[in-house]
Amino acid sequence: MSAPAVTHVAPATHALRDNLTMLRRNLLHARRYPSLTLNLLLTPVILLLLFVYVFGNVMSAGITGGPADRGEYIAYIVPGILLMTIGGTAIGTAVSVASDMTEGIIARFRTMAISRASVLIGHVLGSVIQTLMALAVVLGVGLAIGFRPDATPVEWLLAVGLLTLVSIALIWIAVGMGLVSPNAEGASNLALPLMVLPLLSSAFVPVDAMPGWFRPVAEYQPFSPAIETLRGLLMGSEIGTKNALLTVGWCLGLTLLGYFWSKARFNQEPGN
Amino acid sequence: MTTTDHELAIVATGLRKAYGDKTVLDGIDIQVPAGTIFSLLGPNGAGKTTAVNILSTLISADGGQARIAGHDLTAEAQAVRASIGVTGQFSAVDGLITGEENMLLMADLHHLSRSEGRRVTAELLERFDLTAAAKKPASTYSGGMKRRLDIAMTLVGSPRIIFLDEPTTGLDPRSRHNMWQIIRELVSDGVTVFLTTQYLEEADQLADRIAVLDGGRLVAQGSAEELKRLVPGGHVRLRFSDPVAYERAATALRETTRDDDALTLQIPSGGSQRELRSILDWLDSAGVEADELSVHTPDLDDVFFALTAGTATATATAPAPAPAKETVR
Repeated sequence: MSAPAVTHVAPATHALRDNLTMLRRNLLHARRYPSLTLNLLLTPVILLLLFVYVFGNVMSAGITGGPADRGEYIAYIVPGILLMTIGGTAIGTAVSVASDMTEGIIARFRTMAISRASVLIGHVLGSVIQTLMALAVVLGVGLAIGFRPDATPVEWLLAVGLLTLVSIALIWIAVGMGLVSPNAEGASNLALPLMVLPLLSSAFVPVDAMPGWFRPVAEYQPFSPAIETLRGLLMGSEIGTKNALLTVGWCLGLTLLGYFWSKARFNQEPGN
Repeated sequence: MTTTDHELAIVATGLRKAYGDKTVLDGIDIQVPAGTIFSLLGPNGAGKTTAVNILSTLISADGGQARIAGHDLTAEAQAVRASIGVTGQFSAVDGLITGEENMLLMADLHHLSRSEGRRVTAELLERFDLTAAAKKPASTYSGGMKRRLDIAMTLVGSPRIIFLDEPTTGLDPRSRHNMWQIIRELVSDGVTVFLTTQYLEEADQLADRIAVLDGGRLVAQGSAEELKRLVPGGHVRLRFSDPVAYERAATALRETTRDDDALTLQIPSGGSQRELRSILDWLDSAGVEADELSVHTPDLDDVFFALTAGTATATATAPAPAPAKETVR
């Protein structure tokens, strides 16, 4: 067997190749064991159908004050459900990172001359791709039951960009949560807020309809500004500078926080 | 930097590691010449895995220095990683993907070209008798197969130094012998092997040099032969079935150790022809006939127990009240 050239430094191209290798590994896992992703995809789809077909008339009457019209509620709820989908698949990321860390192969990766961050970046890239696919499915269900966005191609592009940014941010946080959890169950509990926060946002009812003491919480938490921005892009409602800035701020902040937290945690010695 | 045959593949001085109050490694020195098998031998909890984890850059030492393949362990960790391959105690394979995919993953991480990766994968799967199982998920493999896949993955980058942490623990006798054969083939290719084991036979079979680790300290170091010389020599054992003959022999022969329950006598002896003959002559002149005569030369078990006895008995007997027999001493 011929010995390959021994590399003592990992140049940028090597780091890039390691990232892609780890991405392939994670996509392979997802393809072989799709049940986790499918499970998490089911929740937003069920909630969408439940709120439209069971509560739809009441909700729309409550929100608009006009006649009961579930069609109008579809237009309201789909952007919220889309962001909830991101939160749900991020829980999957936390779970798969936590269970991956219990695998012996992680110790092998640590003793190899590879870009260490690639182990985490592979998870992030893989999860972002899975999330975008999940979003396409949920959007497809929405369109099938009568969701009719009036976005221009540019607005569509911005909407996809927004969803990608939110995905990256929540997934990096989820990676950190997966790394600090001792096992898959712990990770799933720790990441639960990613699924609960959308319930406490403007996803299902407008913030104005909530009790006064709760409004600031709902208004400034990460999901509401993102939902309002997406609504604006897809349905033409007013976004407002505040929501746009809050969305970008939250995305950048959470991405950086999640990235540095995860990296520090992963570089910590095992067994401590 | 290249390593020649005469160079040391692994040099460690004063390695220390503690977790809180518990000292796991209490200053150990190790030198392993390139192209040899070095075995770190010790009971469970002696610190073997910690030593491997430090030398393979998985964890850092609290004190001491080490150079692996000429590279400083802490300052040039990435260069060290490029020269080593590690097969840990717990299988480091990805159970969710197939054996072949595991191998290709390693090839990609070693930045081999696609065709080179396929070639190396096919070659190693064949060599480790895994071709038939190549397309099955690694989680379905038996213990021996997982261990073989693990080592095959370690070999993908053609490392010059290989760490094997208890490579045969939990394997059945046939798999263990297969593993020994694999390890012997590794060094015949000029690779340096750092092996930990709790089996004396394994160290005796494989290692050029053995270091006995006990309670975080190296209590002895040398070749198997050198270590055997450390403990007092062998003995001849005489077994009797007739208590009268036993008593007569015990009085006739001086310098014997009696075991009255088993009716056996132990006579210190190197086992040479001359020594045996004189024992036989004594027996003849005393008119006793032993039912069985056997010669025992010291083996690594004797060495191991002699060297690690202090701590082992201390921990074993401390909590429990000493049995009546023991109080005589």
